Amino acid sequence: MPGMGLLLLKGMAVLGFISTSAMFLIWWERKVSALIQNRMGPMATGWHGSLQSVADSIKLLLKENIVPAGADKLIWWLAPFFVVFPSVSAFVTIPFSEKLVPRDLNVGILFVTSITSVCVLGIFMAGWGSNNKYSLLGGMRSAAQIISYEVPLLLSIVLVVMQTGTLSMVEIVRAQAHGWFLLRPHLALAFVIYLISATAEVNRVPFDIPEAESELGAGYHTEYSGMKFAMFFVAEYTNLFIISAVAATLFLGGWQGPLLPPVVWFLLKAYGIIFLLMWVRWTLPRVRMDQMMAFAWKVLTPVSLANLLLSGWLMLR
Amino acid sequence: MDLPHLVQKLNERIPGAVVEQQPSAVVIKRESLLPVAAFLKDTELSFANLHCVTAVDRKDKIEMVYHLYSFLHRWMLTLKVFLPNDDLTIESLCGLWRSADWLERETFDLFGVKFLHHPDLRRIMNPDEWTDYPLRKNFDRPDFIRLPQSEGLKAGG
Amino acid sequence: MEQVEQNKSPELRSEELVVNMGPQHPSTHGVLYLELRLDGEIVVDCRPHLGYLHRSIEKIAENRTYIQFVPFTDRLDYLASMNNNLGYVLAVEKLLGLPVNERVQYIRTIIVELNRVGSHLVSIGTFAQDLGAYATPLFYCFRDREKIVELFDELCGSRLTYNYMRIGGVQNDLPPGVDKIIKDFIQYERKKLDEYNELLTYNAIFLSRTKKVGILSKETAINYGVTGPCLRATGFKWDLRKEEPYLIYDRFKFDIPVGTMGDSWDRYKVRLEEIQESLKIIEQAIGAVPEGNPVAKVNKVYKPAAGEVYLRTENPRGELGFYIVSDGTTKPYRNKIRSPSFSNLSVLPELIRGLNVSDAVCVLGSIDIVMGEIDR
Repeated sequence: MPGMGLLLLKGMAVLGFISTSAMFLIWWERKVSALIQNRMGPMATGWHGSLQSVADSIKLLLKENIVPAGADKLIWWLAPFFVVFPSVSAFVTIPFSEKLVPRDLNVGILFVTSITSVCVLGIFMAGWGSNNKYSLLGGMRSAAQIISYEVPLLLSIVLVVMQTGTLSMVEIVRAQAHGWFLLRPHLALAFVIYLISATAEVNRVPFDIPEAESELGAGYHTEYSGMKFAMFFVAEYTNLFIISAVAATLFLGGWQGPLLPPVVWFLLKAYGIIFLLMWVRWTLPRVRMDQMMAFAWKVLTPVSLANLLLSGWLMLR
Repeated sequence: MDLPHLVQKLNERIPGAVVEQQPSAVVIKRESLLPVAAFLKDTELSFANLHCVTAVDRKDKIEMVYHLYSFLHRWMLTLKVFLPNDDLTIESLCGLWRSADWLERETFDLFGVKFLHHPDLRRIMNPDEWTDYPLRKNFDRPDFIRLPQSEGLKAGG
Repeated sequence: MEQVEQNKSPELRSEELVVNMGPQHPSTHGVLYLELRLDGEIVVDCRPHLGYLHRSIEKIAENRTYIQFVPFTDRLDYLASMNNNLGYVLAVEKLLGLPVNERVQYIRTIIVELNRVGSHLVSIGTFAQDLGAYATPLFYCFRDREKIVELFDELCGSRLTYNYMRIGGVQNDLPPGVDKIIKDFIQYERKKLDEYNELLTYNAIFLSRTKKVGILSKETAINYGVTGPCLRATGFKWDLRKEEPYLIYDRFKFDIPVGTMGDSWDRYKVRLEEIQESLKIIEQAIGAVPEGNPVAKVNKVYKPAAGEVYLRTENPRGELGFYIVSDGTTKPYRNKIRSPSFSNLSVLPELIRGLNVSDAVCVLGSIDIVMGEIDR
């Protein structure tokens, strides 16, 4: 079956991209943080420490896999897979260019948002299964946070869907041929809301409450070591890439741009947003749980709803 | 306000409380610690701050040392109470100054002085199940105390 | 429906969660162990357990000569070793009735204030770290502190435990060219303080995390024996350097920064402003150091007459007291160290009851403890 072979190849390509991208992002994050903090960052392994992530992965692969004595074994073992699997699956519909789409589903954006929500299950399983109070607190915080921020996130995406009338990510990019959605005021607001909610979705500063190193140790993945920890790590950076890629697709015109090849444009935009998020991460302190929930329900959700109503009225006028 | 003046005042208000007046401290009777402390804190002397509580093992007795401070008069008062070795109990000052809580626990931990009516008298630094009191002078267990190799510098050397 | 109601009574109940925070925990500043009882995320009760760093320094003091004990004071508040050194040597000097010369006074003042700046920088950096600002403010503060540490390294050969003060003087004279280094540092640090204000002080998230969190009233503070920046943050203007001047603090012009309501932000702000004031003192002192021999009066053995002394100095974390009892030999009969963090920490359970875990971490960070001087 030639179709099957192609699919397999695509799958391999996605997995290859994910692992390279995650490794690159980890190295890059360390370099960006070093830049912000007047440090050098990793310098020893390879040119400017560029092989640091490779060395780290080898180290994590070789490390002992410690299972806590009181752990709920099955849940504890399954959790990392439940975290990695959704982020990998979400790649299916990300359009790197017009041609380079693993699979252009007609419900693309819906697929991405629903499958990434499964992540919370894995995080909560990790928190529960570790039999560690800090992990449990982290898991609980995470569940509350991800579910709350799903609402404004989806509301901001709905705005784009309303504008284009399609859920297919390729079509959404095509609709931006004559100008990015970011340049329209109400969509720009949606972009900001999307970026804030997405930051919360992937548990990054200032919303890294589930991990909260200074409060909970490392939250839900405190007890994980070796390759299992690496899986959480890879999932984190893959999610980071996905939210940035979706932002680039929905608001920044995806692969479209002059001169450079489409793929390059797409990656530039996605990594640009990632850089922004890293910048935020290494600058701001963390908000408190109740403040964060209040912000989701009392600020972001009403504003998104109002924005939705306003745009609906504008479109029907 | 100076020490003789204070002793005189104490003698007027709580007769028989003062046992002895040292150059920089007042020694009072164990029984009159609470009334004296309340008097020092709540009257115009206003010793609002119990700065430090500690003890000194004089071998024949244990000396409780309280350092009280009055922000109003900018005056540090040293109050002492002598405890006989066979009855190391004294009233706790927690009711008057909250700072007494931990400081008294520390004194209990290191000297074994029992504070009556203390809300939570446990060892604060050493393990709960330990029975020694390390700052007593008769505590000289060689596995705990190592003197410097040179045995210190000789006096006048 | 009825079934659900039935199920609810015996099986479905809520329990308090006991969380052991520490002794190994990123934000307990060393080896503090807090036993927290949580209702969800709200702290119902907190019981601190100390002693993981207990080295019985007071017992050691009884077995060492007066001068041999100076290095042990470094290990109390290890972020402010110079200040501890100073507190101890001043107490012994008072016991001996030993005057020191002018140059020593000036050198001590400069060094101690520099160390205060360094100590406050660490406390600001770690406080921001506790609030989840990933390492960036910490690195900025350590970058600035590094300049002080390097200076001390040149001065006395070590970077953390200085053992610099001597009874009757200091270890050695200021290195040549130190004036310019310190003056440059003052200019540099003033610019950097503005940077901290931009990065942290008036940041919206920082404000929302620290304002009105862990409010300590003046009465509670005094009752618990809280001193230092935590006391001043309650609005009580009390600084031993001003109220009962030791060394030569009465010769310098400086203010005592105070807070307004005693919350975590005030404690942070007081420290930040104290850095400014310390820089002012250093600036005035560095230009006026008189000539003299700072090691002229340093002897090898001291033998104070029988007696006792209680002396307090204003450390970066509060009032450090030394109660030294002499029996006329070369070793002290009793050396009690009244450490500021000990009393400051005792107020913590009072402050964090009813707050949630994140705030508890914030309050603990704002109190700024060093376990070395709590456990001793």
